[in-house]
Amino acid sequence: MTYFLRHPGIVATLLGEHLVLTFASLAIALVIAFPLGVLAARRPRAGAITLAILNAIYTIPSLALLAILVAIFGLGMPTAVVALVAYAQMILVRNVAEGLRGVSPAALDAADGLGFTPFARLVQVEIPLALPAIVGGIRIATVSLIGIATLAAWIDAGGLGTLVFEGLHQDDPDKIVAGSLAAVVLALAADAVLRVAERWTART
Amino acid sequence: MDSSAPNSVRGTGGARIELRGVGVTYAGGSVAVRDVDLTIAAGEFAVFLGPSGSGKSTLLRTINRLIEPTSGSVFIDDIDVRTLDPVVLRRGIGYVIQAVGLFPHLTIGANVGVVPALLGWDRARTARRVDDLLALVRLDPAIYRDRYPRQLSGGEQQRAGVARALAAEPRVLLMDEPFGAVDAIVRASLQDEIRRIHRELGTTIVFVTHDVDEALRLADRVVVIAAGAIAQADAPQRVLEAPANDIVRSLVGIDAESRHFALERPLLERETP
Repeated sequence: MTYFLRHPGIVATLLGEHLVLTFASLAIALVIAFPLGVLAARRPRAGAITLAILNAIYTIPSLALLAILVAIFGLGMPTAVVALVAYAQMILVRNVAEGLRGVSPAALDAADGLGFTPFARLVQVEIPLALPAIVGGIRIATVSLIGIATLAAWIDAGGLGTLVFEGLHQDDPDKIVAGSLAAVVLALAADAVLRVAERWTART
Repeated sequence: MDSSAPNSVRGTGGARIELRGVGVTYAGGSVAVRDVDLTIAAGEFAVFLGPSGSGKSTLLRTINRLIEPTSGSVFIDDIDVRTLDPVVLRRGIGYVIQAVGLFPHLTIGANVGVVPALLGWDRARTARRVDDLLALVRLDPAIYRDRYPRQLSGGEQQRAGVARALAAEPRVLLMDEPFGAVDAIVRASLQDEIRRIHRELGTTIVFVTHDVDEALRLADRVVVIAAGAIAQADAPQRVLEAPANDIVRSLVGIDAESRHFALERPLLERETP
């Protein structure tokens, strides 16, 4: 614990990097996952294939995936973001698709019968009603990404993992504890906040 | 009889609906509707009566193109509905279903105002229209406007569903087993309300039910549907007294005597929600 007290500035900087890494990846992941999730909900066959591929990516060990991506994109933050985006896809696409499939047929029939365009139906009816599942997916993806992002330091992408790897090399348990603890607290905080959001979207 | 509910929702009259040789065959080859010819007059209250699986809902849904006929054509005021954009067509036709389908994430006011919003009405006009419609279906706007669907009883939800369907002054109102999920007392009062609204607005109503008494009580004309075809289309009295064939007789015949009571509408003079 003493590392926190001696170097609060360093921990804060790395925490900032970690947040940027996590939320930049999450934002990009969402932009990709939304259309894929809608596709998966509309076309069961295509959806099953998409999810099988994303699931396969998800099962690749994080270090192995990073090693492969470094070979392609080189060291640094962009490579780490690519890896995190890839990991988040499975969780996000699955939850978007499940959320959309769970919308009551009556609401869809009413929307069609009242003259919603397909896009208006998606945006004004389906997504709002699927929101609890979607936010649930964002929560799980965020917590996972915060954990996986600690490995980003291994490819010079910064973040709280920097402390962990430095601690390993320098045989400094204090650094390892500081880096790990900060990541855990961050993950718990993100989980708590997104749980509140999840409950709020499910209120009706 | 409705002195208690003055409202400013004016009638816009009804449209004439004509089904010419309408057939619906599903991709698997099963025939849901076969060669139906039927003209529903402007302002008529027509009830499609038949057992489940008879094709009555399918036939109803060809009118707003939720289902496309595989043969024949549907005309509304002599316009082939196929020549219209389905979205535009549906915004001009009221639609009420058994499961109500109120959007649970929107207030009652927002639900009722959903078609005006799609049509781009301004806020003030929509708000006025919503209040007028809630008053029409006897839900006090001050109480119900800002509530969510889950806070309403089944009967109240269906009143809101009717209000929503009437929002854009449709000249046709399609109702698919709208009162099937509420208890008998509530159903009777909803039936009285829809008769009153029909009388006040003059909207053409096509109403689907499997409930013989409901059909007899509501209809100007009962259209008995069996196995995807019209078995008889007649005034309620005629269907009771002169069933066209065994199918109709077996549907209405057993309690024909007692069913005459159903014709003595309204069952309840008035109901306050």
